[in-house]
Amino acid sequence: MESGIFHSTYQKDMALRHTPIEKARLALIILFLLVFPFFADNYWLNLANTIGVVAIGAIGLNILTGFTGQISLGQGAFMAVGAYVAALMSIHWGAPMWLTIPAGAISTALIGAIFGIPSLRLKGLYLAIATLAAQEIIIWVITHWDAVTGGVDALNTKNYLWFGGANHYFSEFQFYWIILALAALTTMATVNIFRTRVGRAFIAIRDQDIAAEVMGIDLFKYKMLAFATSSFFVGLTGALIAHWRQIVTWERFTIEVSIFYLAVIIIGGLGSVSGSIYGAIFMVLLPAILNNIGKALSGVIPSMDILIPFVQQAVFGLVIILFLIFEPEGIAKMWKNIRDYFRLWPFSY
Amino acid sequence: MDKFLQLTLTGLTSGAVYALVALGFVLIYKSSDVINFAQGEFLLIGAYLAYFFLGQLGVHWSIGVILTIIVAAAMGVIIERLVLRPLIGEPIISVIMVTIGLASLLKAIVGGIWGTNPQVFPAFIPKNEVHIFNAVVTTDKLWAIVIALAFLVIFTLFFRYNKEGVAMRAVADDQQAALSVGISVQKIFAWAWSIAAITAAVAGIIVANVLEVSPNLSGVGLRVFPVVILGGLDSIPGALVGAAIIGLLEAYAGGYVGDGSLAQVISYIVLVIILMIRPYGLFGKEIIERV
Repeated sequence: MESGIFHSTYQKDMALRHTPIEKARLALIILFLLVFPFFADNYWLNLANTIGVVAIGAIGLNILTGFTGQISLGQGAFMAVGAYVAALMSIHWGAPMWLTIPAGAISTALIGAIFGIPSLRLKGLYLAIATLAAQEIIIWVITHWDAVTGGVDALNTKNYLWFGGANHYFSEFQFYWIILALAALTTMATVNIFRTRVGRAFIAIRDQDIAAEVMGIDLFKYKMLAFATSSFFVGLTGALIAHWRQIVTWERFTIEVSIFYLAVIIIGGLGSVSGSIYGAIFMVLLPAILNNIGKALSGVIPSMDILIPFVQQAVFGLVIILFLIFEPEGIAKMWKNIRDYFRLWPFSY
Repeated sequence: MDKFLQLTLTGLTSGAVYALVALGFVLIYKSSDVINFAQGEFLLIGAYLAYFFLGQLGVHWSIGVILTIIVAAAMGVIIERLVLRPLIGEPIISVIMVTIGLASLLKAIVGGIWGTNPQVFPAFIPKNEVHIFNAVVTTDKLWAIVIALAFLVIFTLFFRYNKEGVAMRAVADDQQAALSVGISVQKIFAWAWSIAAITAAVAGIIVANVLEVSPNLSGVGLRVFPVVILGGLDSIPGALVGAAIIGLLEAYAGGYVGDGSLAQVISYIVLVIILMIRPYGLFGKEIIERV
């Protein structure tokens, strides 16, 4: 019978997992992730890959918005930068994937840092609107810079394993492992960033940036760094999508995408790495489930087929509103509440 | 010179619509510090309500417009009560996201009821051509300018002389002080949201009259951000001046620069420049932040 977790050393306080149950749960999750693809069909593998890709992007956005408190509506455009860099490198130079994906991530980090400069003067609402402008300007450049990006036409990404190799076909099963590895790396890297000086500086900026500056945190440096780190993972998502879907078009990176990722981290939990993953699972599965329910009902209600997209859109909006009203800290907090309730039962206070 | 005059007229008419939508933004921001990302969807709902009353039910336009305004006002009050009030005191990102969620919900409702195909609006404002020197403009666009100006005058008078208007300014200035002199802050928020919904609905009717009724109308909501930032988020004359400047800029960029595609993005470039130089806009109030 427990009444809470009490740390007696700093090492224990800094540990990522505190209880044996948490360690056992992690082992179970890893086991599931390793076994899952052997039993799943292409539909489920596709969903799992989508979740993985969205989770990487959501963690990236959470570093900026959830941990550093800088609201960004430019996520979609930053993803586009990563995707276009990766796609163009593979098409024009025949660059292999292991080069294009990191290159996409790094170039997005640079672009992100540049668009982070206004964050020194702007915050909150104004920064959100500035990043909205970044979104519109970047997409406009992509659709009008025909000579480089091919304008509004779609690009067909090539998946090379080596310079001058043949375009390699990857199945969903093979991509599962690439995405899983990158998602795991992203998660571990991010969790550990927030155990270092840099991560603590990010959190201090979120809580009160003027106070953080007084404490000796170089605001300019750390805000830039937050934008760059966040954009790195966002660009990674973009580059991954470019190679996974093999088609890159600006329509996949509109303001709706920025809003989708904000919704993922709000619903999952702002300032929580595991929350980003919960949010990704929830927001990818929800429309899929609605779609299946809608198809099942289309026999009963004839016009259901036409209504499905609107139901999905309405539920998307409704879920955001309901979470913000009833559980602003998202699924991560709900999960913690449930867990604490059972662990501390019957003395849960 | 003829082209310049023509572009000026075009710019001013689109500026008039921007101004009406921006007025709603400014009103809500002034009284409750909330920025409403669903303002474009309010316009959409206004346009479709008018289409429903005039086009589908076939009532006389004067009754249809009044009914649209009543429904829009009720919608504003209900949304404030159910969605925004629980979030008073929450961080800015929650408030931004809840209005974004609202936008998605409203758009889905409109799409679910009326579909996504553009509908022909039974235009009741006459579209006669008027020649001003060598430029041609239709009367419905001139009406848009007149209505925007009328709203500006009404709102200026409302905030100066009407009891509720003065109370709204008091709430905007300091909520607790307003509460202590007996102003119901909740009532003021309800007022702000219903008036914002009404201005957006009127803008929706005008746009529907000039163009057609389609789900794309809500895009105006995002295009208005440069306007309110330029004018200052808390300034009513600023909204009008900002709207005119952005409207004209878009028209000139579309007419004079290259193939005209710059018009889509010029306002956002201006937005970034303004944010870097004067974050509180041309007429906005500068906020000094303390720890």
